[in-house]
Amino acid sequence: MIRIYDFKGVSNQEKKNDFSKREYSVQDLLLLVWIVAKVLLVVICLLGVVAYLTLAERKVIGFIQSRIGPNRVGPQGLLQPIADALKLLQKEIIFPTASNKYLFIIAPILTMTPALAAWAVIPFDQGMMLANINAGVLFLFAMTSLGVYGVLISGWSSNSKYALFGALRASAQTISYEIAMGFALVGVLMAADSMNLQEIVLRQQGGIWHWYWLPLLPLFVVYWISAMAETNRAPFDVSEGESEIVAGFHVEYSGMSFALFFLGEYANMALLSFVAALLFMGGWLSPFEGIPFLAQAFAWVPGIIWLILKASFFLFLYLWVRATFPRYRYDQIMYLGWKVLIPVTIVWIIVVGFAIQFGVGPWFSH
Amino acid sequence: MGLILQQTVFYAFSAILLFSAAMVVLSINPVRAVLFLVLAFFCACILWMLLQAEFLALVLIFVYIGAVMTLFLFVIMMLNLDIGPPRKGWLPYLPLAVLVLGLFIIAAVSALKPEYFDPDVYQVVTQPENYSNTKALGAVLYTEYVYPFELAAVLLLVAIISAICLAFRGKRPGGKAQRISEQLVVRRKDRVSLINMPSEKK
Amino acid sequence: MNYLKTIIKRFALWELIRGLVVTLKYFFRKKVTLQFPEEKTPLSPRFRGALALRRYPNGEERCIGCKLCEAVCPALAITIQSEPRSDGTRRTTQYDIDIFKCINCGFCEEACPVDAIVVTREMHYHQENRGENIITKEKLLALGDRYDAQITKDKEDDSDYR
Repeated sequence: MIRIYDFKGVSNQEKKNDFSKREYSVQDLLLLVWIVAKVLLVVICLLGVVAYLTLAERKVIGFIQSRIGPNRVGPQGLLQPIADALKLLQKEIIFPTASNKYLFIIAPILTMTPALAAWAVIPFDQGMMLANINAGVLFLFAMTSLGVYGVLISGWSSNSKYALFGALRASAQTISYEIAMGFALVGVLMAADSMNLQEIVLRQQGGIWHWYWLPLLPLFVVYWISAMAETNRAPFDVSEGESEIVAGFHVEYSGMSFALFFLGEYANMALLSFVAALLFMGGWLSPFEGIPFLAQAFAWVPGIIWLILKASFFLFLYLWVRATFPRYRYDQIMYLGWKVLIPVTIVWIIVVGFAIQFGVGPWFSH
Repeated sequence: MGLILQQTVFYAFSAILLFSAAMVVLSINPVRAVLFLVLAFFCACILWMLLQAEFLALVLIFVYIGAVMTLFLFVIMMLNLDIGPPRKGWLPYLPLAVLVLGLFIIAAVSALKPEYFDPDVYQVVTQPENYSNTKALGAVLYTEYVYPFELAAVLLLVAIISAICLAFRGKRPGGKAQRISEQLVVRRKDRVSLINMPSEKK
Repeated sequence: MNYLKTIIKRFALWELIRGLVVTLKYFFRKKVTLQFPEEKTPLSPRFRGALALRRYPNGEERCIGCKLCEAVCPALAITIQSEPRSDGTRRTTQYDIDIFKCINCGFCEEACPVDAIVVTREMHYHQENRGENIITKEKLLALGDRYDAQITKDKEDDSDYR
């Protein structure tokens, strides 16, 4: 595995050398180019996923409402995201009067970049990741918690009451649900005895009943509810509640800066879906593992396909839930986060502690 | 390769850290000051990452940047502070300020002598590849420093409880708070009663 | 016992799951969307679209300038001036309909003693310049000529109910 900051192997003798005299081989340069190429590959794939996720959302919600959704641009509407992107690129970025221009421009970038940076630690298959760091889950968690700044800064710098209200709602909600989500992840860390995402997946080996969704079912549900609240998606989308505050924090944004907010939101949705698949659904492991004939029949399927299928299910769940449930009232969101989800996670963490102590089942006996 | 990257990252983020730390003090707008403080925290966490303290660095991000500073910003945005022109009449305080600054510089210089910066004396401890910073920290916290650790936890709990005690003024009489659990167990027969009534003659 | 059942149901998110099942059923149902320019909804013969003036089969215009339609129009959309023609019959010199005012109520059609002014099935029309909202007599007659067959058929279909 190639590490980006590979300074662990550097000896003290080397450190004292005047590095202007040190020779750098072509190999080092190639390594850098290779890393950049890998990053670009992941980012480009991700942007494609995000673009088509917007189409999928409109299609799925259309289907659930007995409509057929966009189908005019290209075959079956498949070029719709490209048309949307071109339209947004052409539009003017309008600065509201007395807004803070620098912060106004920085805010959408701040929502977008952490959502992309977090993908550095996501393993797509065994050994297939950008950075295999030990504190992978912590890194993910840190990056998702940085996303709230884009929202806060956009709300404040727009110099608009609705935007500020939206930003305050969104940040208060994100902070509250981060706690529940963090506790849910703690349960996984305890069960896997590691914070490395690859190791967490490898601990779940042995078929569908060995994955962590079963022993950690309450934590799984709490994680998923918090993931929906964390990305400010329906039914927790009061931060953009159209009926009261028009569009919330991004009400003053237009053109490409608005598109960046969208990209950030959808990249975060995709990220949390992948994390759900990795932590609770066995990541790239085949669901037929250990079943006599099916395991052999599906042995040829690469792991990344399983991971993408699992993550797609969670993405579909996002859209499905959005098309089903009405929006929560704000005080009910807070009630749910603090008085229901957090107690549930704490109770189940204690249960997991006992289970580890007594080595219950195939999950905790290692 | 690794070294030059490390050096570039170190110098770049140290420069940003110093700049943003200065801007925290110098900027007039309080919201900007807080945002610069966030930037300073972020740079500090990257420097920690360079020292292989990845657990502390990431915890700094999600506890301080992700939660504490967000609440800070929250409060400052809500306060709607009046930013007036810079105050006048600071000249009489100048000698005192210079004196205090001088004292600080003397203290800092005497405490941080050049020999402390000699790379031969203080070498970065390098750990093997699969060394987990988090596990090492946990092992120390729950054995050697278990009492200070628990004490700190109790202190925080006391702070939370006292804050709630200060803010909570008892249940208001006649409050219309929603009791969700009661609403959920209600069944039709609790609220509706069907009466069998003979039809009236006209 | 009942209480216990509700508690279990609540923690199993029973009602949320039921809601999700309902929407999933609709996901697989037949879609009701109509692909508009290619497909159209069927229109009733009584559909009240754009107005038109009709002619007799011999080409003579029907309108006799009685101004009943102008009188009945609730939106005051119709303006009529009439004069005797060279053959001695009373004919309109001006018959303007302001389609910004017109509410497509069809009262004018009901009032007309000679079935001259009618509402047609046409509903896709637009203006590109100021002043084009006033439909003059010539344009109305042209519209009547263009949709003559359709109008005649609609009248016939509806005649049983009048």
